[in-house]
Amino acid sequence: MNTPKPLTPPPARHAARWMGLGIGVLVVLSFATLELRWSEFLSAGAVRDMGRFAASFFPPETSSAFLKRTLDATLETLAMSLLGTLLAALGGIALALPASARGHENARPAAAARLLRLLTRGALNVLRSVPELVWASLLLIAAGLGPLPGTLALALHTTGVLGRLFAESIENAPSEPAFALRVRGIGAVRVFLFATLPQIWPQVIAYTLYRWENNIRAAAVLGVVGAGGLGQMLYYHLGLFQTHESCTVLAAMVALVALVDALSFATRRWLSR
Amino acid sequence: MPASAARDGDLVVSLRGLHAPAAALATTPALHGLTLDMRRGEQIALIGSSGAGKTSLLQSLSCAVTPLSGSLELFGTNPWALSSRDRQRLRGRLFLAPQVPPLPPRQRVVTAVLAGRLPSQSLAASVRSLWHPREASLAHEALCALDMGDKLWERVDRLSGGERQRVGLARALVADAELWLIDEPLSALDPARATQVIEQLTEAARRSHRTLVCTLHQVEVARRGFDRIVALRSGVIVYDGAAADFTDAQVAALYGSREALEIQADGATPQDAAPSRAVDGARPPVPMICR
Amino acid sequence: MLPTPAPQVASIARHDPALTSRWATVLLIAVLLWPLVVLTEFNPSVLFDARSLRSTGRFVASFLPPRSDAEFVWLLLHETWRTVAIATAGLTLAGLIAVPLALGASARLSISALARPMAAWPFALRSVLRATMVLLRSVPEVVWALLFVRVVGLGPTAGVIAIGITYGGMLGKVYAEILEASDPAPTQALLRNGSGRLQALLYGALPQCAAELVSYTVYRWECAIRASVVLGFVGAGGLGQMLDSSAKMFSGGEVSAILLVFIALVAASDRISAVLRRAMA
Repeated sequence: MNTPKPLTPPPARHAARWMGLGIGVLVVLSFATLELRWSEFLSAGAVRDMGRFAASFFPPETSSAFLKRTLDATLETLAMSLLGTLLAALGGIALALPASARGHENARPAAAARLLRLLTRGALNVLRSVPELVWASLLLIAAGLGPLPGTLALALHTTGVLGRLFAESIENAPSEPAFALRVRGIGAVRVFLFATLPQIWPQVIAYTLYRWENNIRAAAVLGVVGAGGLGQMLYYHLGLFQTHESCTVLAAMVALVALVDALSFATRRWLSR
Repeated sequence: MPASAARDGDLVVSLRGLHAPAAALATTPALHGLTLDMRRGEQIALIGSSGAGKTSLLQSLSCAVTPLSGSLELFGTNPWALSSRDRQRLRGRLFLAPQVPPLPPRQRVVTAVLAGRLPSQSLAASVRSLWHPREASLAHEALCALDMGDKLWERVDRLSGGERQRVGLARALVADAELWLIDEPLSALDPARATQVIEQLTEAARRSHRTLVCTLHQVEVARRGFDRIVALRSGVIVYDGAAADFTDAQVAALYGSREALEIQADGATPQDAAPSRAVDGARPPVPMICR
Repeated sequence: MLPTPAPQVASIARHDPALTSRWATVLLIAVLLWPLVVLTEFNPSVLFDARSLRSTGRFVASFLPPRSDAEFVWLLLHETWRTVAIATAGLTLAGLIAVPLALGASARLSISALARPMAAWPFALRSVLRATMVLLRSVPEVVWALLFVRVVGLGPTAGVIAIGITYGGMLGKVYAEILEASDPAPTQALLRNGSGRLQALLYGALPQCAAELVSYTVYRWECAIRASVVLGFVGAGGLGQMLDSSAKMFSGGEVSAILLVFIALVAASDRISAVLRRAMA
């Protein structure tokens, strides 16, 4: 009668355990090395202070002059996010084409095409990695204060994001329509317009709308570095401890984010009917 | 419209001992030493069982794969000896219709068909055509010839498989190409439609003096609709001659021994004047006509 | 070349039905575009006028060489670790907030919904939890950080709590969605046979969803690193704070060094995230 050998966990389980351990170590180290002032946050005195701080926000400032200023800032933020996203969609499509360069003829891309792909992919990665706020603070030097650096910062960062997503869509699209056109000697741009773009169009729209949702939050805070919109108002009023005005601005921010979320969702639903 | 000052009878395709792979980067040949000539205005049916090399031959003829050895000449020149730009221009003179219609699902039929006009259009005209197709009537004519005129403004993904196949063929009809390479145009069509489509294709090719090469599984259609049949088996040409002379026994030999034995059992048909060859599974049939 | 179709059939080709809607869309875009350009003071030529070109040129020229003395590099590494630590701690906090919210809001574990449509009180509770998650998500983390900086002062605490709150809402929503998208049969079977909700979760829903849940969490960690840099701009410490001060002082060499480190950090976390997600999948 054979005694069954004790079963050892499969190697994948080992790897998962090590990873879990690593993550646990990372978490513990993070909490340990940061000088987190929990006591300041959770002590009775702190909670009371926070309560008082929160209460000081109400009632929100509702004078018509201030409401008008808030409305202007809201429209400015909305415009920044919309224009920035639109510019990024155009830029993303333009960069996605060389960044997804697949081979022609013998399916081995020419050296020039490979280099172009490398360069555009690198550019898209840099654009993506740098957050909008950082772009904005750098662009302030060239564009001064106001919504222009904010719009450009959004456009630059989102071009990186959308360009990479579009390039992946292009590479994942079935290649038969493009092949049938390339085999007749048609140039890359027209192959893209007549075969690839119609195939990836639903994804282009979906990704752009999704990024617009994201960008409305980003646009709202760009003002912290001086790039206009609700963020600039909030930073200004909070800095002066004008909590009633800040409350109005915050309410406008939340309402704007909810509005854009709803619009984007509705548009996506309408387009895919 | 007539493509050039070439006349009927000029050599359009000339293969000598061509060894070519099935796919672009493969190293094993799917075609073994093909020797073949095609002249302008000819209508050729390419037949053979699955895997015989029909699609590989079309891929070689459309310059989608480089030959491993042997020579290939299109319109009198070796396309692979040309510069890249000249080769692109030469490609505009041929048209390849793959078996699965290469149509983007969300595109409208009118745009999908007019994509056949791209090589002869400027970039600006093509982009303008995306906004508003000016040559819609041309596409409409082609679709009407294939009994699809009412689908001009439809989206491709709203069509059935057979309708999509006909849209792919309508693209050939509007394309300004001298050599039509059509892969299995009838796979999704019922027999009545199939006959109509072949008639339209051959009629259109004949009227405009274009060379038509069509791969088919339906041997009867090949025999009835085409002048010349080229039969492939395992990458080698086993028959190259008039469609009328292609006997039933040769059909049987082409498609494998079991079918041949079944036809033998049915009794020889009147065309079988030649002594029946007992097809031996071990020995491949001797090529009927060697070039 | 082709047989000409009958005249009444040929007229179908004369009018493109999509043309009117295309023109309408173009008009709509044009009408919307003008106020957009005005509101954002969109005037790219400002970037290229003599004065800004000069200051941009000077700034960009000072990017090279990036500052690389030992003291600065040590500071840089220290701040990089701080950024990663803020992101990790913040995400852990977010997980602690998200898990109960998601479990509470998900209809997958509903007992009242087993046999009939969900009863009123459970439905109300779930809706409240859902609304809470939406609220947590809708305020950008920078705003939370700004608020908390007023309470706890400058430093990483504000950043950790800000990330915890916002990402708690995001994680909660996606966790709930992943649970909703899973096959209800195993969980329902367990609940019908009397097991507790948590047991049903662990034995029924989690085996299906674990990979996706972990994958999304790792992706959010990568986003948290980027967010943590942004929070530095409002005083929450880390690379962002360094970048803000260096940019304000126009020290191009420091800015370029920090940017390089930052881009490398994002690329590394991107890579780690992809590897982990593939391993978990």
